[in-house]
Amino acid sequence: MRRLDHFSLMAVLFLVVMMSPQISFAIGKEAPLVAADPIIEARMLRLSEDLRCLVCQNESIAESRADFSNDLRREIREQIKANKTDEEILEFMVERYGDFVLYDPPLKATTFFLWFGPLFLLVIGSIVLMFILKRRRIQVEEVPELSETERKQAEALMSLEEIENIKTDVSLEKTDVDLSVENNTEKEVLSGKDKGNKE
Amino acid sequence: MMRFMLPLVAFLVMAIFLFAGLSLNPRQVPSPLIDKPAPEFTMQQLHNPEMILDSKDNLGKVWLLNVWASWCVACRDEHPLLVQVANAGIVPVYGLNYKDERDTAIQWLRQFGDPYTVSVVDPEGRVGIDYGVYGVPETYVIDKQGIIRHKQIGPVTVKSLQEKILPLVKELQRKS
Repeated sequence: MRRLDHFSLMAVLFLVVMMSPQISFAIGKEAPLVAADPIIEARMLRLSEDLRCLVCQNESIAESRADFSNDLRREIREQIKANKTDEEILEFMVERYGDFVLYDPPLKATTFFLWFGPLFLLVIGSIVLMFILKRRRIQVEEVPELSETERKQAEALMSLEEIENIKTDVSLEKTDVDLSVENNTEKEVLSGKDKGNKE
Repeated sequence: MMRFMLPLVAFLVMAIFLFAGLSLNPRQVPSPLIDKPAPEFTMQQLHNPEMILDSKDNLGKVWLLNVWASWCVACRDEHPLLVQVANAGIVPVYGLNYKDERDTAIQWLRQFGDPYTVSVVDPEGRVGIDYGVYGVPETYVIDKQGIIRHKQIGPVTVKSLQEKILPLVKELQRKS
């Protein structure tokens, strides 16, 4: 019996916790989210999604729980009931709160940079990028041609380096095939040299 | 030289734009109602519900319309200043009691002083919407022709009074 009481107490507590959001809504003056007429409500929501809540500026009137948004939702509902067109309702809002209330502001002299600023920056960025790439290509092309003797010198140096690299590799392995490997590489180096001469 | 100048110039331009942009207050949304006729209203008075204030009665004088509420904490900050302005008789202050309870509002005025020539009540915030109110307190300067000349968003301060509101009121009062 005692255990059952304990259980029912827990159940009641659980329910209270689960329901607390609803309770707080009831205490805060939350306007009913759904009006009697679902068609009006759908139109109101569509309109208010494009309107900024000026109190909580990164939310739309449709999302916001601020009192301000409640009032404006009520206003929109009433205007829909009064057979106002969407344009008239948006015009009503702009007259009172300015273009800032619209998430999709009209193209005007004052909003010119808002609309074309990013495009402007993109164009400048592309020009700068083209300029840099062009300069880099010139730098690459401008590498001075080697004369025949310089080329031979360079190749000799590089092949020396190769041989030395291989030597160190092989000596690290410490095997008996040292010599054969060295011979092979020397042949390769020689044939490489031949190629270089032919070119 | 160019190698260092270009990034430096780019940086400075960015810095200036960011400095200007970030020092703007996003809460100060410019009102489209400036230099437009103040929306007309006929509203119940706070202290005498059977009496009505018609905004047209204020034509011919410069007046302040202060939007306030007893639930508004920032209103308490600006309230002593409004009382001073009203007591000095510089300009009549009218109150728009916004989305408030009548009894609490009257009690609030009894406690903090009543600077208002008349306060009208807007329990559902409808006239507030007409005036584009979104952050109480707000104060409008309205001229003799009934045109809104200035809107102060947020509490009136000594600075805003001295630098903007009072000089503007004097200038508007001189005009016919």
